[in-house]
Amino acid sequence: MADTVLNRLNQALYSALESDDRVYLLGEDILDPYGGAFKVTRGLSTKFPERVLTTPISESAIVGMANGMALRGLRPVVEIMFGDFVTLIADQLINHAAKFRWMYNDNVRVPIVVRTPMGGRRGYGPTHSQSLEKIFLGVPGLKVIAPNTLGDPARLLEAAIADDDPVLFVEHKLLYARPLLESGQGELTEFEIQESAKAYPDFVLRIPGHAPHLTIATYGYNFELAREAALKLLMEREIFAEIVLFSQLSTFDLEPVFDSLKKTRKLLTIEEGTQSLGWGAEVFARVVEGSNDLGAYKFRRVTAHNLPIANSRILEDAILPSVSDIIQTALSLVH
Amino acid sequence: MDNNYALYKTMLIIRRFEERLLAEFNAGKLVGTTHTYIGQEADAAGIFSITDPEDVVFSSHRCHGHFLAYGGDPYRLAAELMGKPTGLVGGRGGSQHIQWRNFYSNGIQGGIVPVATGMALAEKVLRTGKIALVFIGDGTLGEGTLYESLNIAALWKLPILFVLENNGYAQTTPVEKGVAGSMAGRFSAFGIPVWECNTSDVLEILSTAQEAVRHVRSEIKPGGLILHTYRFSAHSKGDDPRSQEELESIQTFDPLKLHSPRLTYEEQTRAESEAMAIVEDAFIRAGADLNPSVNITD
Repeated sequence: MADTVLNRLNQALYSALESDDRVYLLGEDILDPYGGAFKVTRGLSTKFPERVLTTPISESAIVGMANGMALRGLRPVVEIMFGDFVTLIADQLINHAAKFRWMYNDNVRVPIVVRTPMGGRRGYGPTHSQSLEKIFLGVPGLKVIAPNTLGDPARLLEAAIADDDPVLFVEHKLLYARPLLESGQGELTEFEIQESAKAYPDFVLRIPGHAPHLTIATYGYNFELAREAALKLLMEREIFAEIVLFSQLSTFDLEPVFDSLKKTRKLLTIEEGTQSLGWGAEVFARVVEGSNDLGAYKFRRVTAHNLPIANSRILEDAILPSVSDIIQTALSLVH
Repeated sequence: MDNNYALYKTMLIIRRFEERLLAEFNAGKLVGTTHTYIGQEADAAGIFSITDPEDVVFSSHRCHGHFLAYGGDPYRLAAELMGKPTGLVGGRGGSQHIQWRNFYSNGIQGGIVPVATGMALAEKVLRTGKIALVFIGDGTLGEGTLYESLNIAALWKLPILFVLENNGYAQTTPVEKGVAGSMAGRFSAFGIPVWECNTSDVLEILSTAQEAVRHVRSEIKPGGLILHTYRFSAHSKGDDPRSQEELESIQTFDPLKLHSPRLTYEEQTRAESEAMAIVEDAFIRAGADLNPSVNITD
């Protein structure tokens, strides 16, 4: 049985704490035996009691303190219990963490990681289910990173902790229990996979031997939906989708999308946040900017509906993007 | 006595620097905005005469006086205000966003407080013996993140001195319209001991600050230092709703006038000419420096 995303993240925190005594964890309810609301920090406070610090419910101060700790030589990792609470840390991320290095003329660095679970599909309702990462995608000086089941989440988190600049690390809640995929096996049997050699790698999944009909670009948990949709399109419709999976959302580096579009000219983006001013909008804008022939491309976005996320499971499912939405949108794009 | 002379000169350098700065703005030589420290000089002069040079300082939008008393170079500050590459942070930060050695400032009310609290945590766990100082004002008392920081600083016994300079006005809002209840009570509610001064006498501020700093350093615990003071200048440049009568009446709290009788006339004159020369040199040299070359890439 392959390891889960949760275990890999936990192991990354363990090895970071073990290998570097400048690493500190701060967050609410992260001590054992509870080990954090989603158990990502389980076992760590027992092993490293001096450096795993449970905090009051003070998101703004926790991230602010991490900024100060980072400025003075430590490498703090903060857990924000629900991604919805990033609104409470926006000032610290935007006006402090992301500013200091440039504003102080590169005299300082701010190596902080803020980890937070985003996303719905757990029945947590309007204020515990959102995907708010798009708010931070345009903040200069701040990277936004999202793990998935294809790359190793541990390697990604270790890279974020080793990064000398601030990172917002967005973990979709439904990924935690998911096993890591293994190349050439199970759901990946049909795909040939190309991985970039970056610290936060992107991946291209191709169905070998066929010219792709469309490009699907996505990140995080949405890759689970994209993969299922791509396999259904293949099996039921003989439509070949090429999937571009990003680990780094911002800063934007869309080379693999541009490369794929040279073949397909059709781009479908998938994200769980609402549509307006989202990740997909920026991806499209950059494709359009790089092109002299707008008519050559077709675009569609699959996103959440422009509503808060309902508590009722039936309504929640209707509001968030589904595999069937992806298939329908892909068909409209191809035909 | 040497210390009295040094304190007077520090306060004079701040006063003359800020006056020169406002004059440069008025002459149209500088753009943007600035917040001067005129009237509050005794706070910075007193505190920085008893801190350790290695202590970590987080200051606010009104940071020039703190920086100069910390030992910062007036020329590098003037160059920063003029947006020159020779400025403290290459002209990127300007008046309220500076950094040099262990001195930092940012223009966000409240947000600097947890950052300084985290710095205190770092100094504590790294066992450097340094303490952190953060400068807030009566206006900052409206910001929630301040209270989050006081709570954690007390819970975790962090070596930080919260210096509250109450100059009576949050920009244009008088303290009666902005602050309910007790200022000292805000600290004591968290079990943080408070020292309070209602004076512009630098010696009194110095000795009170000394007790507060000694507590923070030796106990490795937070402390509060409340300094009731008077800002003679506008919040920034032209936004002063106070009456002429009020502005005149507060001149009796001028820290320079309160301290000068402790110096001989000759010493006062010498301090004046030295301060003027330092400020003149800072602005002349900074003004002659080249502007930044524009080389902006993502």
